[in-house]
Amino acid sequence: MTSTIRNKAIFILAVVLICIYGIIGLPKSKDELVKNWNENIKLGLDLKGGSQLVLEVQVQDAFKAEADQTIERLKAALQKELIAYVAMDRNDPNKIEDAEKIEITIKGVASDKTSALRDVISAQFAAWNLNAAGSGDYRLTYKPTEAQAMRRDTVERSIRTIETRINGLGLTEATVQQRGGAQDESSILVQMPGVDDPDRVKDLLRTAAMLEITSVSGGPFATREAGLTQNGGVLPLGTRLVKERVTPGQPGEQWWLLGRNAVVTGRDLRSARPAQDEFGKWEVAFNLSQDAAKRFGRFTESNINNKLAVVLDNQIFSVATIQNKIEDSGRITNIGDQTRASDLSLTLTSGSLPAGIVYGEERTVGPSLGADSIRDGLLAGVIGVGAVVFVMLVYYKRSGVNAVLALVLNAIILLAALSYFGAVLTLPGIAGFILTIGMAVDSNVLIFERVREELRHGKGVIAAIDAGFSKAFLTIIDTHVTTVVSCAFLFAFGTTAVKGFAITLVIGLIANVFTAVFVSRFIYQWEMEGKQVETLSI
Amino acid sequence: MEIFKQTNFDFLGKKWPFIIASLVLTAAGLGSLAMKGGPRYGIDFKGGTVTVVRFQKAVTEDQVRNSLSGKVPGEIVVQRDTTTSDLLISTELRDERELNAAREIVLSSLKATFGGGDVAKLDLSSAGQGAVADRLRSQMGASMNEDQIQETAKAIVTFRDTQKGGLLGTIDALNGVNGVSAQAVEALKKEAYVAPYQVRGFDLVGPKVGQELRSQAMTATLLALAGMLVYIAFRFEFIYGLAAVIAVFHDTIITIGLFSIVDKEISLTVIAALLTLVGFSMNDTIVVFDRIRENLPAMRKEKFDTIVNASINQTLSRTILTSGLTFLTAVALWLFGGPVLNGFSFALVVGIIVGTYSSIFIASPILIWWRDWMEKRKPNTPAGAAPAVATAKTKR
Repeated sequence: MTSTIRNKAIFILAVVLICIYGIIGLPKSKDELVKNWNENIKLGLDLKGGSQLVLEVQVQDAFKAEADQTIERLKAALQKELIAYVAMDRNDPNKIEDAEKIEITIKGVASDKTSALRDVISAQFAAWNLNAAGSGDYRLTYKPTEAQAMRRDTVERSIRTIETRINGLGLTEATVQQRGGAQDESSILVQMPGVDDPDRVKDLLRTAAMLEITSVSGGPFATREAGLTQNGGVLPLGTRLVKERVTPGQPGEQWWLLGRNAVVTGRDLRSARPAQDEFGKWEVAFNLSQDAAKRFGRFTESNINNKLAVVLDNQIFSVATIQNKIEDSGRITNIGDQTRASDLSLTLTSGSLPAGIVYGEERTVGPSLGADSIRDGLLAGVIGVGAVVFVMLVYYKRSGVNAVLALVLNAIILLAALSYFGAVLTLPGIAGFILTIGMAVDSNVLIFERVREELRHGKGVIAAIDAGFSKAFLTIIDTHVTTVVSCAFLFAFGTTAVKGFAITLVIGLIANVFTAVFVSRFIYQWEMEGKQVETLSI
Repeated sequence: MEIFKQTNFDFLGKKWPFIIASLVLTAAGLGSLAMKGGPRYGIDFKGGTVTVVRFQKAVTEDQVRNSLSGKVPGEIVVQRDTTTSDLLISTELRDERELNAAREIVLSSLKATFGGGDVAKLDLSSAGQGAVADRLRSQMGASMNEDQIQETAKAIVTFRDTQKGGLLGTIDALNGVNGVSAQAVEALKKEAYVAPYQVRGFDLVGPKVGQELRSQAMTATLLALAGMLVYIAFRFEFIYGLAAVIAVFHDTIITIGLFSIVDKEISLTVIAALLTLVGFSMNDTIVVFDRIRENLPAMRKEKFDTIVNASINQTLSRTILTSGLTFLTAVALWLFGGPVLNGFSFALVVGIIVGTYSSIFIASPILIWWRDWMEKRKPNTPAGAAPAVATAKTKR
């Protein structure tokens, strides 16, 4: 054996071993082999079953909340500085992309107070720009840099909250991440392998979990209109009308007049847990932080025999009469079964979402459907590849073995690359795999047909093989590079599915140049080394 | 074994019937697209929901449609998958906020119409491992520890999904299943019932995401084509790149047209298939072009169309063999690959046929026409009228 051939043999063997190690590791038993395989070759959710959600964070909610808070603070500040105004309000952007268009209008400020107003804004409300909007009217807009930070912060906080909630459910394999690479991307991708009943998860994720405990100033009313009429058509200052959650066995809709500012909010909770009352009904018991406990104690003490309401996400859960001073604990009743109680405790302790969530996309593949896809895909793959192998062996006889070996090695390298890169195999990935097999077969066919041609032209076996490989090589390079170029664009601009296709294909193509050109040729060289070869089985 | 030794078919002499066939197919496809107002997009691209349901007993499409009509806004389409006889229930939606509601309506009306169980009980047909474990715990919490409960729940779900194709039939079917005790089966009878159907999969795409997916797939594909054009133009000549891209475009248009004619949906996986066939067709064309490039210096005295024809003939056995083999794989995928891959493999089967003949009958004639046109321009141009072209020619 010459040293070149030996070196090539060692190199090829090393590649094969590294690849096999990447796929199955060093198994000591059959069970371990299966285990390693399953760990290394990760299947996408579309194949193994599971649920994938795209959540769109309604960033504008956070901007609106910020504007509301600013209005409250600004009113106080203007009062203190004795700056009179006629009206103050904000606009109502409703789309995610309009979030930055939030603005607060202040109407009817006396002209001699202009500079005082400017001072207040620049000193205490640095995140806002003050613009004049005609006689005595002003507009506050959010500064672009602040807006960007707010958007990013809102999405990040949403991700953290969702992560906490999902981990609380014990879904350890789940991942939560920002979708896409753009910084201003406001959607979140949640992948939950193996989860086949995402309903519960979805309810859990979507609950903003804005808990408020507020004073009740009137009610109940049968409708919103009734509530309005009873108060002379205008709500008293600092109040709002809120609907009570309808539960089975209740007479119908009930509305209550509540105080606008909550006594205690979700942020004041120290802990929350599911519990049962004396009748075995499920409820959520919670503890308040020290600060909030003092506040709550003062409030309940001075409001004995008045009512208070527990409001969650703008829905009244329960209204109760204050019997005595309550300090650091309380409970939310009227919840339902145990699952709801534990889910609610979880959402309360994970903190509230800074903005609402809308589902942009969901893909749920039940385990039985995933299993079907794998089985069908495997069957089709075995039949297809079997046919290819059969034809290659019949058509090219002994040389067909080279092609089949090259094909097998190609598949091994592709699987190993998926394993080493931690990529997952998805349906579009399988499409890329099929194109790879097609192009691998094509490379072999190109080479063999070229060798045959050279033989027909009267070349000797070794010369024909040399010429065949080197001439076909040019063609193979051109076809492969063209496809790799297109894959680069697909990867850069494509959707997730298209990306999976592109990456599998590129790996397969690189592997193919190696196997069809280098390895297949090596097999000929190794076989014919030092022999007088007169015929070639091709 | 050899099928074609040294052929000498006059492909380019017979190009017209094929070109006319191509034009007819393209026109038919475009006509169908125009009549139906564009391709039939799946929910991936237009937004909406699809619920895949498998029923125990025969339930007709109409029964399901009737159970839903009036409850969900927009069109409701119920289709039967011919290979698995699963029913696919599609609803369309324009507003993101309605989407989750649609899901709940579909599921709850299925339950009301076909479920027939106690509302307070768990539907064992669609329940996940966690839900099964919860119910086991409330009945058997005293006699089983948490690990045993989880193991049992897992055994039940696995048995249902892998052995019974998703449908248990009755709870008694669990008797004797490995890892499920008789007590556990009895306990489940108190807590659960078996609906005669299983929800096997659910897809929901908001209209905004659909719009995004559509434009993204489009840009990526067009840019990929442009990239290939530039590379081929760089390696060969510009006209080679253009001819190859036109041929590939032709294949794509015909395939999309055919999808419209047979009323199949364009989904994300079909896009993957289109990309695959673009790859195949491009590969085919480059092999022929490569041979032309190689033959040009050796056959300088021959006419250009003779060279092209000879190149096609020399690569013919490769073309037939490669296309034949990939066609075989695609057909296997089409027949045995299951419902999810059906649209995908259909596009491949069509694309391989069209892609193979387009290299011979579309891409190659374009090269020849271009050459002829360039040749004709030379003598017809009066001296001095177009000096720029004339000097460029003499340089070459």
